[in-house]
Amino acid sequence: MSGSRKVTVTASVLLLFSLAGSVLLLRCLDQVRSRAPLEDVLYLNSPKWVKRLSLGYDGLLADIYWTRAVQYFGSRHVSRAEDYKLLAPLLEITTALDPKLIVAYQFGANFVAPNLPEGAGMPDKAVALLEYGIRNNPDNWKLYYELGFIYYYMKPTDYAKAAESFERGTKVPNAHPFLRVLAAQMAQHAGEIETSRMLWQTAYATTQEDLMRKNAIAHLRALKVDEDITGLEKMVTQYEEQTGRLPPSINVLIGTGMLLGVPVDPDGKPYKLMTDGRFELRNPDDFPFAVKGLPPGYKSGPPKFH
Amino acid sequence: MSRVVYIAANTFREAIRDRVLYNLIAFALLLSGAAILVGQISIDIERLVVVNLGLTAVSLFGVVITIFIGIGLVSKEMEKRTLYTVLSRPVRRWEFIVGKFLGLAGTLFVNTFFMAIGVFAALLYVSHKFHSADAWILVALFFIVLQFVILCSLTLLFSSFSSPLLSAVFAFSLFVIGSFAEDLRLFARMTRGLGLTHGLAATAAYLVPNFSALNVIGQVAHEQPISAHLIAYNTGYALVYSTMAICGAVLIFERRNLK
Repeated sequence: MSGSRKVTVTASVLLLFSLAGSVLLLRCLDQVRSRAPLEDVLYLNSPKWVKRLSLGYDGLLADIYWTRAVQYFGSRHVSRAEDYKLLAPLLEITTALDPKLIVAYQFGANFVAPNLPEGAGMPDKAVALLEYGIRNNPDNWKLYYELGFIYYYMKPTDYAKAAESFERGTKVPNAHPFLRVLAAQMAQHAGEIETSRMLWQTAYATTQEDLMRKNAIAHLRALKVDEDITGLEKMVTQYEEQTGRLPPSINVLIGTGMLLGVPVDPDGKPYKLMTDGRFELRNPDDFPFAVKGLPPGYKSGPPKFH
Repeated sequence: MSRVVYIAANTFREAIRDRVLYNLIAFALLLSGAAILVGQISIDIERLVVVNLGLTAVSLFGVVITIFIGIGLVSKEMEKRTLYTVLSRPVRRWEFIVGKFLGLAGTLFVNTFFMAIGVFAALLYVSHKFHSADAWILVALFFIVLQFVILCSLTLLFSSFSSPLLSAVFAFSLFVIGSFAEDLRLFARMTRGLGLTHGLAATAAYLVPNFSALNVIGQVAHEQPISAHLIAYNTGYALVYSTMAICGAVLIFERRNLK
């Protein structure tokens, strides 16, 4: 073997061993170093400073901050984190860098508003974010829609402000016609499930984002379950009033003509009639947003979007 | 082996002749100025500022020196035609590369040693005495030297096939990217289940040098201890990574047509 070839072979072998060694050591380093500070550090927390330091490349920086906000929310959401303290500052920086970045308001507000662990549980921050978005983009009806949506899902629901937000949206050119209906329904406080269904159907129809569509579908499926269980439990009450006892099985309800067949959830699985007269889902994990039909003390896992 | 040492010694001598150590004057002025100024205009953060500023300056001065000397290690020798004289002697190409690497690493070590004396002198000035927690500053300085070792090997790798300007751009970019290496690996973990995206993200995350684990300036400034495991892993990682980059440089340089 020539000298040069010997060097090549030795250097190649050494390179491969070093590469493997570096990967191995990096894994060890990851275990030694806690990852928490990495996730929880906002290197600069003043939107004004970040904007100044962006040297005019604020569009690109806004995209990076938005991506970071999405990653931050996603990772904490999956791990069912108990706080999202960096989410609002990340969104503030993103929108200060690019006030026209509509997605940051639209989806950001939906990350911030829902209660823990589904979201950051900060509806006030979501409202502030959307109002800032509206000030900078007064002609975008989607922002008024999102604002109304947030007021509706706030606990307690602020019907007046939800109606006002939808109403403001109707005045924007090319606004979705649903806004007018929603504004009217809010003003009347009418049909909770029906209104929710309309909101989620609009959410589905007005986004191209796959994840947001899946989220809307998951909510619509949960609404169907809530509606079914409400109806079924009314029948049980009715049966109890007529006979003085709870129905022992679903077949008894079918026998009385109250039910035409075995009631099934949106996946086609039959609901279970419990001995205390409640109805339960067979697989509650498949309906993460359902509030009815759940076993006592049930805690849902991370949402699975079908 | 003596040929490698000879080349290393020459590289060191050349760097000194290029007045590299003049940066120590700027460093001393910066640190003494900051120590005096902060003592007068702030409350109770003198030590913190001296440690933060001192170690950051050591790191940044060293990075700049590493890149600007490292990129010319091969190309300058080719421009001056001295490389041909060296290689016409019984000096192997790999010996030239390894010697250059050791020479630059030695220069940086000496430079860091003097700057470390400056940091401790400023610390003594503001605190009036040393505390046991100050020993962790030595660990932070050791990690900074490890950063230089990795960066040295990378600049040498780039300078073995690229122009000085491009080598500087590559090395500086990798330094910046490597400073976010842990975030990169976090992003790679988040893409798990995304097939090709995860594969690419994970490969990139493991290939870029991990400078973030070598930065413990914030920790030592707050007198927090550094674990023995971290010291051992970081040392091992720096040695293994620089070996990898040097091997790459040797492989490229062995095949390079020098005519």
